[in-house]
Amino acid sequence: MTTSTSRSRRQGRRRAMWRTIVGSAIAVGLIGATGCATPTASTDATLDYWVWESLQVPAYQKCATGFEAENPGIEVRLTQYGWGDYWQKLTASLVAGAGPDVFADHLTKYPEFVTRGVLLPLDSLEATRDFDGSGFQEGLADLWVGQDGLQYGMPKDFDTVALFYDEGTLEDAGMTPADLEDLQWNPEDGGTFEDVIARLSVDENGVRGDEEGFDPGNVDVYGLASGGAGGDGNGQTQWAWLAAATGWEYTNADVWGDEYYFDDPRFQATLAWLFGLVDKGFMPSYQSVGTSPDPVQQLGSGQAALSPNGSWTISAYGRLEGIDLGIAQVPAGPIGHPVSMYNGLGDSISAQTDYPEEAAKFVAYLGSDACQIMVGEEGVVFPARPAGTEAAVAAFESRGLDVSPFTDLVDDGYTVLFPVTTNGAEILSIMVPVLEAIYIGSEDVSRMTEVNARINSILQE
Amino acid sequence: MTTSAPRIRAARIEAPPGKTRRGWTGGDDSRLAFLFVLPAAIGLLAFYFWPLLRGMWLSFTSWDLLSAAEFIGFDNYTRMFADPVFWNAIRVTLVFVVLNIGIQTVVALTLAVLMQRLTQSTLVRSLILTPYLVSNVVAALVFFWILDFQLGIGNQVLEWMGLDRIGFFTSESWAILTVALVNVWRHMGYTALLIFAGLQAIPSNLYEAARVDGASEVRMFSSITMPLLRPILGLVLIISVIGSFQVFDTISVTTGGGPINATRVLQVYIYDNAFAQFDFGYASALSVAMLAILMIVTFIQYRITRAGQTDLN
Repeated sequence: MTTSTSRSRRQGRRRAMWRTIVGSAIAVGLIGATGCATPTASTDATLDYWVWESLQVPAYQKCATGFEAENPGIEVRLTQYGWGDYWQKLTASLVAGAGPDVFADHLTKYPEFVTRGVLLPLDSLEATRDFDGSGFQEGLADLWVGQDGLQYGMPKDFDTVALFYDEGTLEDAGMTPADLEDLQWNPEDGGTFEDVIARLSVDENGVRGDEEGFDPGNVDVYGLASGGAGGDGNGQTQWAWLAAATGWEYTNADVWGDEYYFDDPRFQATLAWLFGLVDKGFMPSYQSVGTSPDPVQQLGSGQAALSPNGSWTISAYGRLEGIDLGIAQVPAGPIGHPVSMYNGLGDSISAQTDYPEEAAKFVAYLGSDACQIMVGEEGVVFPARPAGTEAAVAAFESRGLDVSPFTDLVDDGYTVLFPVTTNGAEILSIMVPVLEAIYIGSEDVSRMTEVNARINSILQE
Repeated sequence: MTTSAPRIRAARIEAPPGKTRRGWTGGDDSRLAFLFVLPAAIGLLAFYFWPLLRGMWLSFTSWDLLSAAEFIGFDNYTRMFADPVFWNAIRVTLVFVVLNIGIQTVVALTLAVLMQRLTQSTLVRSLILTPYLVSNVVAALVFFWILDFQLGIGNQVLEWMGLDRIGFFTSESWAILTVALVNVWRHMGYTALLIFAGLQAIPSNLYEAARVDGASEVRMFSSITMPLLRPILGLVLIISVIGSFQVFDTISVTTGGGPINATRVLQVYIYDNAFAQFDFGYASALSVAMLAILMIVTFIQYRITRAGQTDLN
């Protein structure tokens, strides 16, 4: 009697427990289901758009609003992640099938996306089928044409490189901004560019780099700021503008080259000259700037006089306090004129999107004068459409900044394109330690010949 | 620690024989018990065994996340054995572990002995543990700034003392030592406390007897403390060596593996391959190598220190 009662009580408790477990499971399921509910009736499609540059968020929010007004029923959700997180989150979300519909894309990354088939070519969608590359600054549209001849990105903005400086520092050296115009450089003796760098370098006793008794071991102000070894970005702001001014090119083709030229004596002489500035006391050593040097900070703190950097950093320099900011063109090289790397960003459409046609409409809008003028007016970057570029130039001008040293190079065609090749990430992982070693001085520039052979063998695999 | 072991054995013997005869399929309660164990079992299978097996499988494939994994046999391992950066990573990791554990154990042991012999204050014990409450990333970043070549107060002090500035994180010869010392700073209090607990287990009458015999503090340390502390020290070493092999955060937020490859320890190299280059197959092979190394090191340590046995009996 007692055993059967206790057993039935136990069974009752177990049943209650089962009920609780099953009940909870159903409840969780229901909550999950409501969480996945489709958007409200007024929205036909919600597009996720990702960007990495936080300063551009307000501008693209305006574009999104403008697009939504023109396309009722399509909603755009803008998300921003910092550069480091961006690519990891993007890749992970593409694997999970939960990626954005449209995202800001980079030239070092998109070739691998194309190979993996995660991008939709613009040519395959109605709104972007009639894409016209000639509506953008020259060459930008071609950067986004895959090896199959299809367009994988809508040109978004572009950047070039120039020299930032403080007019006060020039004055102290008895110089004027005019002295930074028409500078000449060569990898042998550095030309008038090195003369200026020497003049602007000051040791702790106040002796200048071009004066007798300059102590390169105890420098107070370096003539040239350091952006590091440049291994992780193809030397874009470090050595690309110097090496390209010797006539050197990265690869055997404008885009999709399959042979790098890091073994070229002109390239290696450029590196030797640049990193040789450390021993002369004209540029901070690797030891003093570390793994992530910041040329903006070096100018702001008065540690360096000339700070080479990309146009995307104009706002950052503009915010430095106590600096009378000036911008000068990079020096002319042995080929007779200055050269800057010309890098362009783009917007790509994910192949996983549920709304390819709507995404294409949005990308078409992102590439339109309407959106790019709005982006330009924010004065953060140079939009790819000429009208957008003009709006940006005007916005910078209203802040008292003459940005022609950046744009003139594009107008004159004195640019070299960012090298678009396959195996971008692998190539960078080979370049980084070797260039660091060359900067530190523990490896000779001739090591780049071996690196070049390794990279080319990867490309030809 | 040591006194609880016999009690557990006794408890096992006293367990009612009926329970074991019925087994897990026998009674109603066992089924319910099985139900309660199930979540943990599923957790263990899903988050431990499955990833381990999948990681091993991936090490035989070429996988970039976006396309399907392709079986390539031992290619990743062949590549690994011929990869100079891998061998450099092993060397750097070993140097780090030796520096980190060597310094940490000596410092922690000294602290623990001082705590036991000089003061029993809980406040002192809490203070010594404080660095451990700071997260690795925060500790690393704070030292990164303190020791910055240009701006760091550490280098300012060196300069005031008339010495040359040192690139603690930026010079090839200093970087790995600096990172090891940051980890020592953070972990020494915790390790000291573990050792202190071991010291507490040594019967005080041994010291009293030694003192009566006229033994000095040094003699008591070498003849009583060290031999009786061996099991707990062995355990502490095993735990801290495994942790040390897995160093990642301190390096990731400071040197990122540089200068050149001076601090590219195995974990950082695995991360570079997996998350920077999306070469998950190769990264998995490197992880399997790491697992093998850790297993060998732990086995050797366990044998040498005889951590499972005590000399107290």
